[in-house]
Amino acid sequence: MKRVIAGVATALAATLAVSACGSSDPLAEDKPSGSASAGSITIGSANFPESQLLAEIYAQTLEAKGVTVTRKFDLGSREKYMDGLKDGSIDLIPEYTGTLLQFLNKQAPETEADEVYTALQKELPSNLTVLDKAEAEDKDAIVVTKETADKWKLKSIEDLVPHCGEVTFGGPPEIQQRPDGIPGFKKTYNCTFKGFSALEPGAITTKALLDGTVQAADIFTTDASIEANDLVVLEDPKSNFAAQNVVPLINKDKVNDTVKAALNAVSAKLDTKSLQELNTALDAPDKPEYADVAKDWLSKAGI
Amino acid sequence: MDPRTAGGEPVNSALDWLFNPDHWSGPTGIPTRILEHLGYTALTVVIAAAIAVPIGAIIGHTGRGTFLIAGLSNGLRALPELGLLTLLVLLTYVGLLPVVISLVILALPPILAGTYAGVRNVDRAVVDAAQGMGMRGSTVLWKVELPNALPLILGGIRSATLQVIATATIAAYVALGGLGRFVIDGNNAGAGSPDGYPQMAAGAIVIAVLALVVEGVLEVVQRLAVSPGLRNAATRKRTSRIWRKPTPELVGKST
Amino acid sequence: MNVDWPWPWLPRNVDKIAEATGEHLYLALLPVLFGLIVSIPLGWAASRWPAVRLVLVPLAGVLYTIPSLALITLVPLLIGTKIIDPLNVQVPLAIYTVALLVRSVTDALLAVPGEVTAAATAVGFRPTKRFLSVELPLAIPVIVAGLRVAVVSAMSLTSVGALIGIGGLGELITEGFKRNNAVEMVVAIALILLIALVLDALLLTVGKLITPWTRARQGANR
Repeated sequence: MKRVIAGVATALAATLAVSACGSSDPLAEDKPSGSASAGSITIGSANFPESQLLAEIYAQTLEAKGVTVTRKFDLGSREKYMDGLKDGSIDLIPEYTGTLLQFLNKQAPETEADEVYTALQKELPSNLTVLDKAEAEDKDAIVVTKETADKWKLKSIEDLVPHCGEVTFGGPPEIQQRPDGIPGFKKTYNCTFKGFSALEPGAITTKALLDGTVQAADIFTTDASIEANDLVVLEDPKSNFAAQNVVPLINKDKVNDTVKAALNAVSAKLDTKSLQELNTALDAPDKPEYADVAKDWLSKAGI
Repeated sequence: MDPRTAGGEPVNSALDWLFNPDHWSGPTGIPTRILEHLGYTALTVVIAAAIAVPIGAIIGHTGRGTFLIAGLSNGLRALPELGLLTLLVLLTYVGLLPVVISLVILALPPILAGTYAGVRNVDRAVVDAAQGMGMRGSTVLWKVELPNALPLILGGIRSATLQVIATATIAAYVALGGLGRFVIDGNNAGAGSPDGYPQMAAGAIVIAVLALVVEGVLEVVQRLAVSPGLRNAATRKRTSRIWRKPTPELVGKST
Repeated sequence: MNVDWPWPWLPRNVDKIAEATGEHLYLALLPVLFGLIVSIPLGWAASRWPAVRLVLVPLAGVLYTIPSLALITLVPLLIGTKIIDPLNVQVPLAIYTVALLVRSVTDALLAVPGEVTAAATAVGFRPTKRFLSVELPLAIPVIVAGLRVAVVSAMSLTSVGALIGIGGLGELITEGFKRNNAVEMVVAIALILLIALVLDALLLTVGKLITPWTRARQGANR
């Protein structure tokens, strides 16, 4: 019996030791860094690589100015992380003006960049605000392969309309409800697709498009795979997709001069071309870490 | 609606979503998803049984290759299905084939183990009697061992079916249909949305109910399929173990 | 589209992998331990009182049948956690462990031969000491067998939580999937597999070590 107790005790101790290795609050991300003097802030990101990269850029810029940063990345889609912003579990997140506006006001008609920005400021909840917008845009778009574009002579979404009934469309599950998604295609272009395939944003959506599993897909315009695979972004003459300038969405309480200056400096240097280059760097075959890509860009941009 | 608080509200929202008639019609409705789910399951189990029953029977009959049974059961129970499924999709394409292949791989161990155990555990006296009557090897297998092994074989198939029903919920992550669709789509919609957590919870309830119903039906099928000779009281004590699923202890739960 | 196999990713991300592994073990093993502790008194009660057995065994069967994604999703409904809470994975795992082990413990205790318990009582063992010194040790081989299954299953089941954002090695799988990084996926899968098999072998060995009489008996029969 003693032997049994000894054996069981060892096993229990081993289990506890092993699980204690990871148990210290496993869902909190990195430890905060930087000195405490310039305040602290929690930065979140959505569940796609570009969002995480932008958040990392914000994070490093603020840390360089002495702000204590806590990172909570990969939180999911906007629908999910807005709760975090409202209840204060996160303070700052990189956002896109157009879709954010439509999220807050489904009927918002604005599509031009400055109009969208102004309208957005009016729609935000009282505790949140946006800082300067960057010139960089990353829009949702309807994308097809070069073969499909050649076959049907597609340049814009309007050219696709006669073929919509033959097309299975691929994209993240939430666009089935988003105003500029499936409902938007119907309303703006009278395009109803044959079917919908819910795909994780990123490599798998591109893959489904290239394999022909879907004939058109919602791929973000700065996605590196567009150039890499010769994909064709269909033009949007009726502006179903509003302007999508990158903008920091932040809790008003956390805005001080340091934070404002740092983030606006990033926005000033961030144009669409830079964003595309960032994505290409991230997608390189050796899969660099977000932190390294961010650091590289920040030093090249002189921030 | 905030699922952070337990109690009436979230349950009501989930039930509201579940019983909303809009969600019971059309290509994205609950019945369609149930049929898709059962379709993936049936296809998988049929293919897996076609592979595993013959192999398990031969191993049980000849007694050779038993390492395959134990090794596969152990190894595959430890293999994370999410990983196998997504990796296979990434390496091939987004479609039904990689999903079915992953599900079949998962369904093989329980059927193999059940068939092997069934054939192996046939009463030696019965086999001797058969051989005494002049039956040769494969005839013994066909006419005597397999029918006697049927309860355990069906137990293995039953366990495989439940395993596949559980794993098929993951198929939604790689753009397929099935009941996992409600969980994945609900998760993407965000907690506060009416199609968020309520959809997830409604989907989860349907999944659980489906699993229990199928389990119940298969239990009845298994009992009915046992040959009358094995049902009488005298043999029941000896064979009473076979009424239970041999499987949790043999093959565990991996989804 | 080519799948990328960035092997240099592996050495560069050792701490990320280690952190994910630690998280995975926390999510998977703690509930199994808890489940083991809970199933012993439950199994004892079921072995002693047929009424308890009549309720517990079918209940265990029902719970075990419910798919993990369903239970993981329903935990917030049942106990009010947020959607991304480790408990959402740990509670189902504990439930599955208990459902599995209660049967093992019950069967094992019921299988202790009557003569052995009678002899123990005759020698003067009080019921508690008899349970701890005689019945429970005899039940250990069956319990260890069930525990091995529970641990291995838990390692695999935990990764399902990644579908709704609950960590561990499963998150490496989903991240690799999104970024076309097959190395990340393979590393995560291999680690889950390896750790599960190592734990399985460990439990098997410990089980044999603490029950020397099973080996002695085999030796005597030769």
